[in-house]
Amino acid sequence: MLSRVADCLFWLGRYIERAGNYARFIDVNYNLSIDLPPDVKEQWEPLIAATGDREKYVELFGNEFNRENAIFFLTFDKRNPNAIISTIKSARENARIVRESIPKETWEILNELHFYIQNATKRKIWEKEDPNHCFSEIKKKIQQINGLAYDTIPRTQGWYFTQMGQYLERADKTSRILDVKYHILLPSLEEVGTPLDFLHWNALLKSVSGFNAYRQAHHSLSAPHIVEFLILDRYFPRSILFCLSNVEDCLHEISESKRGFSNQAEKAIGNLRSKLEYADINDIFKIGLHEYLDGLQITLNEIAEAVYEQYFKIRPNYTPDDQAQE
Amino acid sequence: MIEGYDSHSHFDEMFNSDGDCRGFQQDLLTRLDKFPKKKLQQLQHTTEKTQLSMGMTFNVYKDNKGLEKILHLDVIPRIISATDWDEIDRGLHQRIKAINLFIDDLYHDQKILKDGIIPKDVVLSSKDYLKECIGLNPPKGIWCHISGSDIVRDKNGDFMVLEDNLRCPSGASYLLENREIIKQSFSSLFMQMSVRPVAEYPGMLLNMLEHLSNNEAPQVVVLTPGIYNSAYFEHSYLAQQMGVQLVTGQDLVVENKRVYMQSTKGLQPVDVIYRRIDDTFLDPLTFNPNSMLGVPGLMEAYLAGNVALANAPGTGVADDKAVYAYIPRVIKYYLDEEPILKNVPTYLCSEEQDLKYVLENIEDLVIKETNAAGGYGMMIGPKATKAEHKKFRKLVKDNPRNYIAQPTLSLSTVPTLTNKGLIRPRHVDLRPYVLYGDKINVVPGALSRVALVEGSLVVNSSQGGGSKDTWVLYK
Repeated sequence: MLSRVADCLFWLGRYIERAGNYARFIDVNYNLSIDLPPDVKEQWEPLIAATGDREKYVELFGNEFNRENAIFFLTFDKRNPNAIISTIKSARENARIVRESIPKETWEILNELHFYIQNATKRKIWEKEDPNHCFSEIKKKIQQINGLAYDTIPRTQGWYFTQMGQYLERADKTSRILDVKYHILLPSLEEVGTPLDFLHWNALLKSVSGFNAYRQAHHSLSAPHIVEFLILDRYFPRSILFCLSNVEDCLHEISESKRGFSNQAEKAIGNLRSKLEYADINDIFKIGLHEYLDGLQITLNEIAEAVYEQYFKIRPNYTPDDQAQE
Repeated sequence: MIEGYDSHSHFDEMFNSDGDCRGFQQDLLTRLDKFPKKKLQQLQHTTEKTQLSMGMTFNVYKDNKGLEKILHLDVIPRIISATDWDEIDRGLHQRIKAINLFIDDLYHDQKILKDGIIPKDVVLSSKDYLKECIGLNPPKGIWCHISGSDIVRDKNGDFMVLEDNLRCPSGASYLLENREIIKQSFSSLFMQMSVRPVAEYPGMLLNMLEHLSNNEAPQVVVLTPGIYNSAYFEHSYLAQQMGVQLVTGQDLVVENKRVYMQSTKGLQPVDVIYRRIDDTFLDPLTFNPNSMLGVPGLMEAYLAGNVALANAPGTGVADDKAVYAYIPRVIKYYLDEEPILKNVPTYLCSEEQDLKYVLENIEDLVIKETNAAGGYGMMIGPKATKAEHKKFRKLVKDNPRNYIAQPTLSLSTVPTLTNKGLIRPRHVDLRPYVLYGDKINVVPGALSRVALVEGSLVVNSSQGGGSKDTWVLYK
C-alpha cells in the first residue's frame, strides 16, 4: 500500500471517530440540560474544555459558555478545526484522495454527511430550540460508515490503518472527557448520590456509550468503578485499555509480526498497553488521575509520531531549487 | 410534453425533415409522451442529487473559492442506431490504426514527409512534436492507446470527426456513471430498447494496459496530478474500477532506470503507468524543470524500456489542429483506403490561399488555436462581435501557424429537458472512446455533450455544456 494512501486512511479513521465523539458528547450534554432542575445552569464549559479548544472558544466568544455558542463552536464553526463541520470536511478530503481504496458506498455516505452538515449550517440549527435530531442524524451516518466498513472492507493493510486511527482517537477522547468531568463531579459523588449527581455521572457514561455496559459490569455508580471501567476494562470497546490493545493488534497485523516489537511504534504501544494491563485503580489514584491521563495522552502522541515515521513519511523525489543549483 | 419542439432548423436525431419520428427513436418518444411534466423534472432533480452524493464533482478555479460543481446530466438519453454505430466503429478503427502508423513514422523515417503528402513544416513546427521521442519504439509499437475523437453530424446527418483527442482524453468516467444513473431512471425503456452495455470499459482498459508489459502480473498504476485537477474524480474512479493504485508524482521514485512506488513495505516496482499528466510535465529532468507533478528520471526509465506509458509521449502531434487537416490523407497513405469518417473542412492559416480566404470571411468561420482545447482560444464568427473579429484577424495574421478555420457547423440536435421542464432540441457532439491494445476496441457508448443554451453550439463543460447518456442499440 502506498505510504500516502496509508496516511490518508489513518486520518480518515481519526476524523470520523472525532466527529462521532463530538456528536455524542453534544447530544448527551443537551439531553442532560433538559433534565436539569430549573435552578441549575447548563454546563457547556466542561465539554469545551474536554475538547482541548477552550482557549480558542474564549478568544471567539468570550467567557460566556451558553448552549447556542457552544453548539455552534463544536459543530458548525469553520474557524474551529475540530468542529464537526471541519472534521467531516477533512475526512471527506482524505477519502477523496484515496477514493479508489475505499468502498464506493463509504464515499457516498460521507458525501451525504458533508452536504447534510452544510445544509444544517444554512438552517442555523444551533439557534433552534431542539437541535438534537441533527446530532442523531450525524451519529447515524457515522454508524452507517462504520457498519459498512465492518461488513465490506477486506482485512488487509488499509483496514488496519483506518482502525488504528480510529482507536487512537477514541483512546484520546475517552481520556479527555473522563479527565474533565471527573474533577467537576468528584466532590458531589462523595457527598452521596442525589438525583442530580446521578444525572451527571449517567451523562459521563453515556458520552462514551457506556451506561448499560457499566451497569452490567458494576451495577451501582461509584467514582472509582467508573474510572476503572473507562480506563482499564478489557471488554468495553471505548475503554482506554481496549483501544490500546486494538491499536497494538493493528500494528502487528500491518507488520505481520507476532510477539514483541519490530519497530518503534510497536515498542511504544506495547509498553503502554502492558502498563495498563497490569495496573489497578489504586495505581492510578496513587499517581493522581489527572497526571495519569496527562501522561497517557503524551504517550499517545508519541505513538502517532512513531507510526508516521515508520509508515507514512515519504522521501521527496524532487525539488526544483536543487536542480537549478546543479 | 414534446409539443412545440421545432426540429426543422437543423438535422434532428429524433425527427426527420418531414417531422416524422425516426423508427429507432419511437420507443423513447412514446415514453416521453407518457410522462407528466412534473415527473420528468423530478427525475432530473433526483439525477442531480445522485451525482452530488456520488461526488461526481469538479473544481472551478476561476473564482478561487474552490467551488465544487457537477457536470449537468440531462435526464433524456440520446439514442444511436446500430447502423450509425457500425459506421462510427469502423471509421474509428480505421482512423486510429492510421494515426498510430503516422505517429510512428513521424518519429522514425518520416516517409510521409519525404513523399510530400504533408508539408514538413506543419508537422515539425508543432509544439507537440517532441524531439526527445525521435527514434523511440514504444512497447508493442503502440502510441495512442486511449483516444476519444469528437464526432459531430452536419446538416445532412453525416458523421464527421471534429478533432482526435489523443492526449489523455477525459470523460470516460462520465460515460460509465451517467449510464448507472439514467439506467435507473428509465429502467423499463432501457430493457425494451436493448442497449449495448458499457460497463466492461474498465476491464478493457486494464487488459489493454497489462498488454503493454511483458511481465506476467504487471503492476499498473494511474498517475494523477492530484485532487485539485478538475478530472480527479475520473482518475480515482478509473483506478478504483480497475482495482489499481492511484498515484501522484511524489509517490514514485526512479532508481537505476526503474520506476518504484513508495509503499508501507518499501519500494515496489511499477510496470505500466496510465498517466493523466501532460507530456511536458512527466519528467522535470527531461521537460519542464518546474513541474512538481511528474517523476524525475521517468523518461530515462521509459526510454530504457523499463516502464510503459499510456499514451506514449509525443502522441499529441497527431492531434494538433493543423495536422488534423491532413488525417484523411494519412489514412489513404498508410492504409490505401478511403476514409470512412470525414473530416470537417479545415482552412490552414499557414497556407497563403487559405489565409486570404480566412481573413476575408472571418465573420462566417470558426477560428481555433491549433494546440488549445476545452473550447478556449476559439472564436465562432457568426456569434462574435465586430471587435472580436478584428482581434482574431490580427491574431491570425501575426501567427498563422497557430490557427485554423472551419465553416460554422450546424451540429445535430436531440430532445433535451430545459430548466422550464420543456423538451426542446439542443445541439450535441459525440465522444466515443477507443482502446488500442492487442487489438482496437471502440466502447459501444459515448459521452454526448450537449449545449444547454438554445441555439448554442459550444458543448464544452468549461463553457456551460452538459452531458447525456448515450445508448447504442443492438439492432
